Amino acid sequence: MQNLLSFLSNALCRITGRNSGAQTVSELLIGLSEYVSLTSPSAPDLAQTQRLPPKPPPAARVVASRSSADFTPQVALDIKKCDLHRLEEGPPVKATLTREQGLQYYRTMQTVRRMELKADQLYKQKIIRGFCHLYDGQEACAAGVEAAINPSDHVITAYRAHGYTYTRGVSVKEILCELTGRRGGVSKGKGGSMHMYAPRFYGGNGIVGAQVPLGAGIALACQYQGNNQLCVTLYGDGAANQGQLFEAFNMAALWKLPCVFICENNQYSMGMSTERASASTDYYKRGDYIPGMRVDGMDILCVREAVKFAADFCRAGKGPIVMELQTYRYHGHSMSDPGVSYRSREEVQEVRSKNDPITLLKEQMLSNNMASVEELKELDVAIRKEVEEAARFATADPEPPLDDMCNHIFKNDPPMEVRGTNPWSRLKSVS
Amino acid sequence: MALSMKSVLRSGRNAVTILRRRAFHRSAPAAAQVTVRDALNQALDEELERDERVFLLGEEVAQYDGAYKVSRGLWKKYGDKRIIDTPISEMGFTGIAVGAAMAGLRPICEFMTFNFSMQAIDQVINSAAKTNYMSAGRQAVPIVFRGPNGSSAGVAAQHSQCFAAWYAHCPGLKVVSPWNSEDAKGLLKSAIRDDNPVVFLENELMYGVPFEMSDEAQSKDFTVPIGKAKVERQGSHVTLVSHSRYVGHCLDAAAVLAKEGIECEVVNLRTIRPMDVESIEASVMKTNHLVTVEGGWPQFGVGAEICARIMEGPAFNYLDAPATRVTGVDIPMPYAKILEDNSVPQIKDIIFSIKKTLNM
Repeated sequence: MQNLLSFLSNALCRITGRNSGAQTVSELLIGLSEYVSLTSPSAPDLAQTQRLPPKPPPAARVVASRSSADFTPQVALDIKKCDLHRLEEGPPVKATLTREQGLQYYRTMQTVRRMELKADQLYKQKIIRGFCHLYDGQEACAAGVEAAINPSDHVITAYRAHGYTYTRGVSVKEILCELTGRRGGVSKGKGGSMHMYAPRFYGGNGIVGAQVPLGAGIALACQYQGNNQLCVTLYGDGAANQGQLFEAFNMAALWKLPCVFICENNQYSMGMSTERASASTDYYKRGDYIPGMRVDGMDILCVREAVKFAADFCRAGKGPIVMELQTYRYHGHSMSDPGVSYRSREEVQEVRSKNDPITLLKEQMLSNNMASVEELKELDVAIRKEVEEAARFATADPEPPLDDMCNHIFKNDPPMEVRGTNPWSRLKSVS
Repeated sequence: MALSMKSVLRSGRNAVTILRRRAFHRSAPAAAQVTVRDALNQALDEELERDERVFLLGEEVAQYDGAYKVSRGLWKKYGDKRIIDTPISEMGFTGIAVGAAMAGLRPICEFMTFNFSMQAIDQVINSAAKTNYMSAGRQAVPIVFRGPNGSSAGVAAQHSQCFAAWYAHCPGLKVVSPWNSEDAKGLLKSAIRDDNPVVFLENELMYGVPFEMSDEAQSKDFTVPIGKAKVERQGSHVTLVSHSRYVGHCLDAAAVLAKEGIECEVVNLRTIRPMDVESIEASVMKTNHLVTVEGGWPQFGVGAEICARIMEGPAFNYLDAPATRVTGVDIPMPYAKILEDNSVPQIKDIIFSIKKTLNM
């Protein structure tokens, strides 16, 4: 039987030009049927079809049929030129992308995307409550910033912070747990969506614009300590009109603080479009005497190159830079905003179909033969699984214990008593 | 017990008698007369020297030597890196100070007066005070906010407010209000060494007042613990609780009443938050009468908090009369001297209130 199988399989190979022979009868039959469909008159399109390996049983590990050696290891891509303010030259117009980098960026952005969509789902199920400002659409900004700086650099942002919380090293599990307010959350359930922290990541700040002077202060600490580090200080197009920003700009420029100020312009500040809120929508010029750049925030390579340029500028002791990343948020301002009363659904759809950051990177990688469709699909599946597991954990994890309620008021202090809701309620607080 | 010469003279005692008596009095060796300003200056100098991460920023702190000369000589000694003159940007530089504290430094953020801290209060409360809690202990903010608080002389309404009650309302902050030089130096050193945000309320009228400081108090390691009140004068008939400048007024009132046989116990709070209620309770349980004295407005103030706490604790049953609050008049501070003088507690007001409380 085996001999007959090999005989027929070899014959089929010689006829069709295929390399590998059938190992089992079913494979042989599949091969035959393919041959039949390929040679039938109704199959001119099928003739262009790439031959796929037989579909494995569901539980088996999928093995990509092509090894890394088949892919392009590195490519130089054209990126959009940045608009410049008080700069003679800007970031390069070509960006090098390696296969490893591409896969890593894809993984990062897709994880943030899936995590935010999961948060949306959990919020609608009322498992997440309160504030929830989602970042989907803006992934290239967070991923691009992280790709451009060192882990030893510092980042601070506002309340749309889940993306940066992830890129700065907090796991999806700890983030979702914090959103669901459980003890496994990165802030032990005490902070919530806007107050998640990590080493060299200072949140997560609820007061619009307050994080900008804080960021300048972190940069001051870097300068003071002479450690060649810098601080990336992010804010939105709404916060760009806060007075304290201009106070921070002045001092940062005066003292040449190593601060990269980045305005993530997602076109809307709650329900206010940029034209309705700002007399000048050139946010990259708002630093006036501070050099600025306007960057395509949907292209991760653009973001990366621009932030790298800015980082080098700051590290050279030239003082701060103001960047504007033009980006877009698919969700409304927060989960309580459907996001369609001040903009059209068509507009959102248009960005999704024409300008999605993840799709852009995927297309770049596929068209340059840097990854295969299967490989990226595998990544998608793995990421979905990771997010799903994290969500399951975040839903099942218990809430913080009541006796943790009064802890962490002070740092390194002896235990103290805290008044409860009534005079007889004396609660314990430890640092 | 540090009785300032000024207060003794004000109460009408014969200076010569005092001096003669002092000649026989065994005082601590090498004690010196140090003004509150110099005590603060010493504290800043010592802490800047001790820890490289400590730095001072604020308006006019460097080349001007400090708007009230509290930081005199420090810029010359430590330079631009450690003593930083800022533009007039309270919200901006306070945020910068808080950010620097988050990133590992130990800033001292000066407000020229605490009235201007209102510009920056969001950074003090939302960025500094709450952060250690919100981050479940991951992100500490070791910072001191200091400057003159409360009324001065002739500076009118916008420059005379007392912020003790406002800041002491908030969990996550420590609020300290020194009276004399020993308080000023010891508490400022403790505040700087504390890993938490501390609001340090000075008083402009006290800057120039000299007090005796013992040798021990002048040493580089002398600190006064935050959260502990001090009994400045023992007494048995009534407890006077006060903070900052009015501790001196209480002692003066006590000196006058002593002649009439009324012995007042004067408690110097030193720290507003966390308040040392135990010390107040212990005193009230001894004297059975309580009078609080402060410069701030009466409503929702320090005195109001003390009364509420006494009611909730064991000392209530020891009160022979309701507690009395002596406070600033409930108006914005007027300018004319006669009006200003009558807008804040005077010694006669304290004496009057004590006698009413004692039903005399």
